[in-house]
Amino acid sequence: MRKIKKIKTIKDLEQSIQSQIQARKSEKKSVLTVSAGTCGQARGSLKVIKSLEKAIKEQNLEDKVKIKVTGCHGFCEAEPNIIVQPVNIFYQKVQPKDAKDITSETIINNKVIDQLLFTDLATGKKVSNENNIPFYKKQKRIILGDNTLIDPTDMDDYLSIGGYRSLVKALSDMTQEEIIETVKQSGLRGRGGAGFPTGYKWEFARKTKSDTKYIICNADEGDPGAYMDRSLLEGNPHRVLEGMIIGAFAIGAGEGYIYARDEYPLAVEHISLAISKAEEMGLLGKNILGTDFDFEVQIVKGAGAFVCGEETALIASVEGRVGEPRQRPPFPAVKGLWGKPTNINNVETWANIPLIIEKGAEWFSRIGTNGSKGTKIFSLVGKINNTGLVEVPMGITLREIIFDIGGGIPGGKDFKAVQTGGPSGGCIPKEMLDLPVDYESLAKVGSIMGSGGMIVMDENTCMVDVAKFFLNFLRDESCGKCISCREGTQRMWEIVTDITEGKGKKGDLEFLEALAKATRDASMCGLGQTAANPVLSTIRHFKDEYEAHIKDKKCPAGVCKELIQYSIIAENCTGCLACIKPCPQDAITGELKKVHVLDQSKCIKCGACYEACNFDAIKIE
Amino acid sequence: MITLKINGLEVKTEEGQTILDVAKFYGLEIPTLCYNEGLSRYGGCRLCLVEIGEEPKTKLVSSCTYPAEEGLVVRTDTKRVIEARKMMIELMLSVAPGSKIIQDLASKFGVKQVRFKIRNEECILCGLCVRMCAEQMDGRAIGFQNRGYKRKISTPFDTRSEECRLCGGCIYVCPACQLRCQGPDADTAVCNACLTMDPTCLDFHDELQCWMYDVGRCGTCIREKTEESNNKKRTQKSKQKEKNA
Repeated sequence: MRKIKKIKTIKDLEQSIQSQIQARKSEKKSVLTVSAGTCGQARGSLKVIKSLEKAIKEQNLEDKVKIKVTGCHGFCEAEPNIIVQPVNIFYQKVQPKDAKDITSETIINNKVIDQLLFTDLATGKKVSNENNIPFYKKQKRIILGDNTLIDPTDMDDYLSIGGYRSLVKALSDMTQEEIIETVKQSGLRGRGGAGFPTGYKWEFARKTKSDTKYIICNADEGDPGAYMDRSLLEGNPHRVLEGMIIGAFAIGAGEGYIYARDEYPLAVEHISLAISKAEEMGLLGKNILGTDFDFEVQIVKGAGAFVCGEETALIASVEGRVGEPRQRPPFPAVKGLWGKPTNINNVETWANIPLIIEKGAEWFSRIGTNGSKGTKIFSLVGKINNTGLVEVPMGITLREIIFDIGGGIPGGKDFKAVQTGGPSGGCIPKEMLDLPVDYESLAKVGSIMGSGGMIVMDENTCMVDVAKFFLNFLRDESCGKCISCREGTQRMWEIVTDITEGKGKKGDLEFLEALAKATRDASMCGLGQTAANPVLSTIRHFKDEYEAHIKDKKCPAGVCKELIQYSIIAENCTGCLACIKPCPQDAITGELKKVHVLDQSKCIKCGACYEACNFDAIKIE
Repeated sequence: MITLKINGLEVKTEEGQTILDVAKFYGLEIPTLCYNEGLSRYGGCRLCLVEIGEEPKTKLVSSCTYPAEEGLVVRTDTKRVIEARKMMIELMLSVAPGSKIIQDLASKFGVKQVRFKIRNEECILCGLCVRMCAEQMDGRAIGFQNRGYKRKISTPFDTRSEECRLCGGCIYVCPACQLRCQGPDADTAVCNACLTMDPTCLDFHDELQCWMYDVGRCGTCIREKTEESNNKKRTQKSKQKEKNA
């Protein structure tokens, strides 16, 4: 084992970075980078790594190739994937049995294995280079891109891509005011949801006079279907840490906390490892790099309450109290953790800091739109071909994200809506596909940027059902302090549930809107104030669907069970018996090659027959 | 001194005061429910909403928790405030229709119907009892459980709390609950005094042993004594009647 050498001065750190960069350049071995974030591991990447190791050993390739276990590469649809570097061949959906072929063909014979390549859906051609895959082509992966290059458990690997160079710059060439000014100039806004300008937030915390100050990294990622923060902490923990050290230096904080969900074991493991490594190396602790700047970081694990993503609730939770928001002002920058000035930023915001310090505010502010600078990571999920994490410059249109990067809707179905911003966000309809994605434009159509969830819905999605889903989430996750939020979400859910069950009546919509507005107006924290968004935005853009449920007692998308009916189309039925077996109720009867009969009184509308039929002989009304 | 405007009126106050404090001082009425002078501010009932800021950027805040700030513009009776407040009363009424206090509020602010399904929970989770117990009685016998729609007030593990001295402070401040007697229901009731009728005092006590540090302040021993003597009197009377007969 290599003896740990503490880095004592800024110059020492600079030298270690340079030597690591050189070491990476002079690397002669091929590298197989295997994505093994939580999602990759779920798809079996650990097994792939094992069989790769075995294959390398069997074929005596230890001198020619090495395996690098990295965090998430972003392309979830293609997990587990391997990028062969330095030639940049992208292999998708690799199985353990493919390991031998990869080593023998690609490493020894320099051949590309065709069947493991990604097929471009638009052209039907195989693509070998990572950068030519449409999913990656339109992205601007200034933050997420490094995930594919480094082993998150190895600090030297982070140094070898120039990591901690920004810290060197910040500590040696910049004053604290200059750092804050740079962040202000860059136009970086909080990536956690509300989009408050980060530089100004830092300035408030810096200006408050106090002997003790804190910074907090908010990693309480709670939106259903959003996982960019997890991916960053898993795949590039040192970068978040570097951002935090720079921020603490600028604000004058001596202690930092990372508030992470306990449901993210791998992220917690990697960031813990990064912290202990940084402590060993002297990048955290007393007199960092010979300066008089002290800074320590601790991890606090949250118990998975959505509301703890709210600043004041998060502080309460760190202090060991119940995670309930309180009145702001006083803002955390004045009175935060333990009553001291506290600055809270989201994981992605912190990860942006090293980049801004290194490349400058001007470089950063060139990316994006007038009001929204830089890139944003979205988790593109739902009814979409290329599920995954995408990092795009602000101002890109929804159409580009969904159709160019996401590859459109599977099964040739029609796009219906996209939901951004998680439970607090709204649904944006087809007509607004050319909307630029930035803070202002999204707010204008009744949605929010949020932390970056993007759920795509196709024609078979019922928008009333979507509203019901988010309300159900919110009524459960509301802390319950304000009656407006606790009872408001519960009652909205009751009304929407009634509508989906065919019990909706005239006037429900107006009442629902009034209640939604009262909930928005009267609640104390961001959760309640945005809880009405799923309802208000679906009513605004999909009113006809609500009316079909209430007046005609029909669900146009064929989702709400109480309002639909399955029936057999006699002309199409071939009498193949395929639908009879899956029916759990024995509601379908029939003989071979004779038209089958569905008994409505027995049918529970599970849809099993619909899935089983190969001849489109079952219809939903 | 801080100067702010409430309903167009310029008012002055000290630092550390809330909007509600200032309004009360100047005699401007703002309805409250979860607010109690002797307890910490909570901001849960949302009745004391006021509109702050200037058009077009105004928002509603609870005046009991929002600090008075220099130059703040406050309006207590805008359409937006009244509509939100009425909806809050309707929501409260739908879970605690039996509460006299909430009924009075409804009548005062013109809430004439409840459009929600009634749930007779007789608790609006205003947290007055929890704060009363912790802050005034130094008890901490009850608290909130769960979150969201599952939130409720109870004792730890839903069992009789050893911290509870049966002082009744929680019942005293409650605007809605029917805890005066819920019958012998051990699972839901907070008080359950009838089920857990352990004598609050030891069988025998004197001034030194009385846990209230003062003889008979809780009244149990006195009550027991008088009941005892009453019973004796009663039996004596009945015996006399029997004799006379």
